[in-house]
Amino acid sequence: MRLEHWRSALKSPVGGVAATLLVAFAVLAVIAPIIWGDAAEETDPAALSLGSSPEHLLGTDALGRDIALRVLVATRFSLGLALLATSISVTIGIILGVLPAVLGRRAGRLVVAVVNLAVAFPALLLALFFAVVFGIGSHGAVLAIGAAGAPSFARLVQTNVASVSGRDYVSAARVAGVSRIRLVVRHLLPNIGEPLVVNATVMAGTALLAFAGLSFLGLGVQPPSYDWGRLLGEGLDRIYLNPAAALAPGVAVVLAGLAFTLMGEAIAQVVGIRTGIFRIPQRMPDPAAQAESGRDDDAVLVVEDLRVAFPSADGQTEPVDGVSLTIQRGETVGIVGESGSGKSLTALALAKLTPENAAVSATRLDFTGESLLGRSDAEVRRLLGTSLAMVFQDPMTSFNPSMRVGWQIAEVARALEGRGRREALDRAVDRLRKVHMPVPERRARQYPHEFSGGMRQRAMIGMGLMSTPALIIADEPTTALDVTVQRQVLRLLRDVQRDSGAAVVLISHDIAVVSQMCQRIVVMYAGRIVEELPVDRLASAAHPYTRALLGSVPDMTTDRERPLATIPGRPPDPVSRPTGCAFAPRCEFADAQCGDVPVLTAVGVEHQRAACWHPREEPLPVVADAEIGGRV
Amino acid sequence: MTTASAPLATTTPEAVGGHTRWARNPWVVFLIRRLARLLVSLAVLVTIAFLMIHLIPGDPVRAALGINAPADLVEARRESLGLNDPIVVQYVNYVQALFSGDMGVSMTSGVAVSETIGQRLPASASLAVCAFAVVMIVSIPLGLCMAVLTRGGRRRGAELGFTSTSAVVAAIPEFLLAVGLVFVFGVTLDWFPVAGREGASSYVLPVIALSIGPALLMARIVRVEALSVLGQDFVRTARAKRLPPWRVYFRHVFPNALTSTLTIGGLLLSAMIVGTVLVENVFAWPGMGMTIVQSILAKDYPLVQGIVLVYGVAVLLVNLVVDLMLAVVDPRSTIREA
Repeated sequence: MRLEHWRSALKSPVGGVAATLLVAFAVLAVIAPIIWGDAAEETDPAALSLGSSPEHLLGTDALGRDIALRVLVATRFSLGLALLATSISVTIGIILGVLPAVLGRRAGRLVVAVVNLAVAFPALLLALFFAVVFGIGSHGAVLAIGAAGAPSFARLVQTNVASVSGRDYVSAARVAGVSRIRLVVRHLLPNIGEPLVVNATVMAGTALLAFAGLSFLGLGVQPPSYDWGRLLGEGLDRIYLNPAAALAPGVAVVLAGLAFTLMGEAIAQVVGIRTGIFRIPQRMPDPAAQAESGRDDDAVLVVEDLRVAFPSADGQTEPVDGVSLTIQRGETVGIVGESGSGKSLTALALAKLTPENAAVSATRLDFTGESLLGRSDAEVRRLLGTSLAMVFQDPMTSFNPSMRVGWQIAEVARALEGRGRREALDRAVDRLRKVHMPVPERRARQYPHEFSGGMRQRAMIGMGLMSTPALIIADEPTTALDVTVQRQVLRLLRDVQRDSGAAVVLISHDIAVVSQMCQRIVVMYAGRIVEELPVDRLASAAHPYTRALLGSVPDMTTDRERPLATIPGRPPDPVSRPTGCAFAPRCEFADAQCGDVPVLTAVGVEHQRAACWHPREEPLPVVADAEIGGRV
Repeated sequence: MTTASAPLATTTPEAVGGHTRWARNPWVVFLIRRLARLLVSLAVLVTIAFLMIHLIPGDPVRAALGINAPADLVEARRESLGLNDPIVVQYVNYVQALFSGDMGVSMTSGVAVSETIGQRLPASASLAVCAFAVVMIVSIPLGLCMAVLTRGGRRRGAELGFTSTSAVVAAIPEFLLAVGLVFVFGVTLDWFPVAGREGASSYVLPVIALSIGPALLMARIVRVEALSVLGQDFVRTARAKRLPPWRVYFRHVFPNALTSTLTIGGLLLSAMIVGTVLVENVFAWPGMGMTIVQSILAKDYPLVQGIVLVYGVAVLLVNLVVDLMLAVVDPRSTIREA
């Protein structure tokens, strides 16, 4: 625990309040018994069990003693006993905690087992047990509460020691022949100091409350001594006559307990790492632009100027920077690009599934002729519920691990179409059969962890088929699978598309996979579309980046003696994207003109557009006959 | 839970005979291990309860009867309690008696300990069960609700208000809350009875005192757990299915936040069972908590021993139930453990 930690702990509002309270209690503990000690013992037969009055602010007890003074004087005893009990807990706890590291394996395990067993019992039960053994009274109670708190502290020390003892410096010390005890004192304990200090502080608060509890029950401090708990117990008997007699010591206990707890929290916050989350305002779509753009009845999806922004350390980044895209009915479109090109985020934004902290804007976003912009969540769910299916990249994490697969699939029909349980499950089994799942009836009753990756991805596609999707967005559906399974899944996607007539957007970093599946290819780079072309025009790709992607695909004729072709340089970080064409720094044809952002313009013969100032015109001979592994 | 969630190996009929099939079923292995652990814990608990009377410095009978009791009375009482036998014989007798439900006889009233416990247990158990039900009914929706409202760093003000309020209130022990409640609702407003156990209204204040702190603590845990589940891929899948939000939260988020919720819930329930001791003493509730304090003060050791044993067994049973529920909720952990 370094000095600056303490300082910043005290500077936080919580820490400041806690520290002030603690100092006030400490001062009271020192001076109150000196100043009012005798006055608090003074009995007044003329004023027995009185309520509040000018002479006795909180009234008097059954012997006519002033309650306000007694509460103040009891500070010393209450705090002192609590701290004493805490130090006993901490001492026993540390000893029990480091014993497993000092003792041999067997003895160490025994200690761990004993501590684990003791921790299972609530501290109060242990305290009651020890109170019987050690006897009623303040001595017995200190020992009892100290002993009762020890197991949980020991557990804490054990966990922390275990986490530290694997570190390099501990191993090094062990190899150097440092004795076990020295290892604990010099290497282990100093490195787990922070959590121990925090927990000891919190534990002092707990001990204070526990002590008040025992004294309140009559098992702690015995008359003529008194602490807050004792005063509280005496006050409760006469709460109808003088509520202050019970409430004042209660408030004192709560305040002191809170002061310790909050102090612990304040230190914990300073020691721990704080994570701040920024919010940025949602940008509204431009209604004028929305009204202008016409309707395209053949399109499943039309998006214009899609932008996705995230808050970052300095302002915000835009991983998707103005994407416009139209998907026709029944069409298969591939979106390719390197990692970080914004393709997956584009897909999520199209499906309105971006993470909470993303700000999404677009001037147009139409799905089967209906605009999704400015709609409530419920309307978006209604519009997309049965007509848009998603297949995600990682089949391992995309299923709910605590729910049977069949039920997860059937859920779509149950929640969106209000089907009965039986009917929905039957349909789920039918869809599992459709995606070639063996023994679908049994598989439907299993949990995701009993499925292989390929089976899960097929189940995910089956889930998309529960209703009649107009569009299936598959975000890297085969990346996490091995090659033979990849092929099965892609073939399945194609069959599904043929049978259902849905449009498919296939997102992949692998241009070979995309060229096997799709009719049209969209190439993304650094959050923008750089080229759009039909798959049969791949050989005459115009954008240098597309050409480089194609050139890096190995095939059967690739000379294996030479290193694989790569694209020099790295894709830009969205934070520091170059002005102008983002590919320019890696492009051999770049010149001064590339300092301006190129727009998508038609090149070549049909439906081919590229965002490049220097589109290439000569065909790519290699790609022409590279039927990359054959079509699926 | 059925065996449907057992891994495939156990359901393929070939190569596994009847006997090995059972032994390989992870559920069977898990149950056997868990019950063995329960038995060990029970044995330790019984031993410690037995040792309690011997750990007390001096002669417990002399302490109970007082300094002025005649020596022959003390001796007769020691003889009747069996304290003059060798300790091993005493231990065997104690365990044997426990098996037949005999926990000894109270030193002050002469009534069988099991009879006293039988009279007092329902009052304490009903209090703990009611309070636990309140904790669950309040904390789960509250925690989920706070998680959804404050997800992704939204509503920082609400988050701060909730976390600080719940931290402060949860730090106040139940018996102090109880005193506060007695003052506000009993003394000042006179809405509810503040002592005894008569009718449903007498449950109100003790149950509130016992459940507020744990409910808020639990709500905090549920919130933090739900927040981490909200960021997982399968929640995105659920959203992609366009399920209504409540369905996403209760069917997909909550079950996966259950592991920690159940673990903490078990700890809280154990703490609440013992917490009834203090609350019973505030509200003069005729349960085991009142009895144990009275018998500790009266040095009625057989009764203390019996009640400690009952509390201990209750805690062990709660732990067992929690472990079984965890196994059902998260079958992967069971299989891994087995």
